[in-house]
Amino acid sequence: MMMKMKKKELVKNLKTPWYITLINKYRMQLGLVVITAMVLVLFMIGSPRAFLSGNIYRTFLSTIPFVGIMALGLTLILASGQIDLSFPSTMALSGYAFAVIFTMTESVFLGLVVALLAGALIGIGNGLLVTKIGIPPIIVTLGMMFFIRGVVHVLAGGLAVPLRALSGTNWFKVFSGTFVGIPVQSVWFLLLGVFLWFILFRHRLGDSILFIGDNEETAGMMGINVHRTKIVAFAIMGMLAAFAGVLDLFRLRTWWPTMGEGYLMTTMAAVFVGGTSMFGGEGTIFGTFIGAFLIGSLEAGIVASGMSGFWTQLIYGLLIIVSVTIHTLLRRKSK
Amino acid sequence: MNKLVEMKNIHKSFGEVVALRGIDFTVKDNEVVGILGDNGAGKSTLIKMLAGVVTPTKGDIYIKGEKINPRNYSVKKARKLGIETVYQEKALGDLQPLWRNIFIGRHRTNRLGFINVAEEKRETDKIMRELIGLTGGGASCESSVKTLSGGERQGVAIGRAMYFDADLVILDEPTMALSLQEVDKVLNFIRKIKEMGKACIYISHNISYVYPVSERFVLMDRGQVIVEYKKEQVTLEELMDKVVMATQVGKRQ
Repeated sequence: MMMKMKKKELVKNLKTPWYITLINKYRMQLGLVVITAMVLVLFMIGSPRAFLSGNIYRTFLSTIPFVGIMALGLTLILASGQIDLSFPSTMALSGYAFAVIFTMTESVFLGLVVALLAGALIGIGNGLLVTKIGIPPIIVTLGMMFFIRGVVHVLAGGLAVPLRALSGTNWFKVFSGTFVGIPVQSVWFLLLGVFLWFILFRHRLGDSILFIGDNEETAGMMGINVHRTKIVAFAIMGMLAAFAGVLDLFRLRTWWPTMGEGYLMTTMAAVFVGGTSMFGGEGTIFGTFIGAFLIGSLEAGIVASGMSGFWTQLIYGLLIIVSVTIHTLLRRKSK
Repeated sequence: MNKLVEMKNIHKSFGEVVALRGIDFTVKDNEVVGILGDNGAGKSTLIKMLAGVVTPTKGDIYIKGEKINPRNYSVKKARKLGIETVYQEKALGDLQPLWRNIFIGRHRTNRLGFINVAEEKRETDKIMRELIGLTGGGASCESSVKTLSGGERQGVAIGRAMYFDADLVILDEPTMALSLQEVDKVLNFIRKIKEMGKACIYISHNISYVYPVSERFVLMDRGQVIVEYKKEQVTLEELMDKVVMATQVGKRQ
């Protein structure tokens, strides 16, 4: 009897409680939440007038999703072991397509479909050059970034397109209203985040993406269609950039040829700060989610605390370097 | 015994480089065949053809009596015909959990392509218990491959092949970079394959590993089959001498 008791106790002691396991599993994400909370507390102390009112948080919830939605796509791209630099230009071209179609037909639906199609096509172009020709993704998408931006400028002749009529459409509430008091953009961000989590971690496509990022040769020899998966990943990235562009147009109600410029750095920063590896085979949707909020609140915080806007670039750049350094060191340690 | 795999007059060149020149090779049901030969003998190219990764330049392949059309032969087709391959060190994704590694390329999904994770994890635990014998050391279906030893990795790759009910398991240098104790484990897996009534092709440099578990030995050198022996025809020492002689004669020519 005594022996039995002892054995039971031993087993109980050996088995780590579920909450410890949970904390261990998500320690990076938890750390991130703590850091974000600390940054916000710092801002509250630094500029209490701005950061203790609800207004600024409502603003966050309507501005952060543009970067966040593209960051979700970039998480998939990085998980597959690749990179995309062209999405800010994709956002601009898709936005232009939307603006032109909407001006011509007054149909938001048609404009949205054409914009998503344009985004997907650019992504497929990236994917084809990477897989069929064999150019490294960083070079392909760098070229595409300049090329598409050039196309945008040539097509628009450098002129903006006013879209004031958007506020009169029924779609305005869907893309720019509020949902139980929350800016609807963040509801889209949340829905897309949940959807892409399921794609990356519970769907065959995500499984292929993770495996290709992990070991491309193995993936091919185990029967995964490597080329098709990469092309689809780039197409998803393009469509998310297009969707973010359309959302942004509903907010600004003017299309600018410079649309998306400046989003490259913030999107990268959100993904890397979130903890997604730049080596492929891993990714965290939740991390990207928090990363986007951290990055988004930083900019407002820097400006509100009276520092010059020049500081934002310095801090974002530093954040990218620090977060990838930490990630690389952790990775080396675990090896 | 029926012929499970029959390859007739197989040629393969990669551009100017000729890898295989007129190979005839068969594997019968429930037979363990060892392929021996130096680097560059064409062993890996030969088995990659059966696995659906490489297509022959010339020659015919029959699997279970059915002639293979090289143009629509693929990894998936090979698996459907019951051929599973365990590659040296390239079989698994290091960062992925075991259950993803077991079901890579053939996940249990619903019609929309979403994976039945609970079922796959359950099956993975079963595979680890019943086929691999990987129970100690705290490994679970969620452990990532990088936490496993070299022998355990090969165990997972071989267990995966057995689970999917292969008729032929191809092992390409499965004992590379393994400790002696782990080599024993891999050799036991091969014996298990034989006991389960399945066939096996075992490729290795190390004749003393191949000898105890194989029934027939095929010596290859520079893209050709030089000689074949049945186990009862040679002792381990004789086989070693013959391999050395065969490759040296080849070099003198």
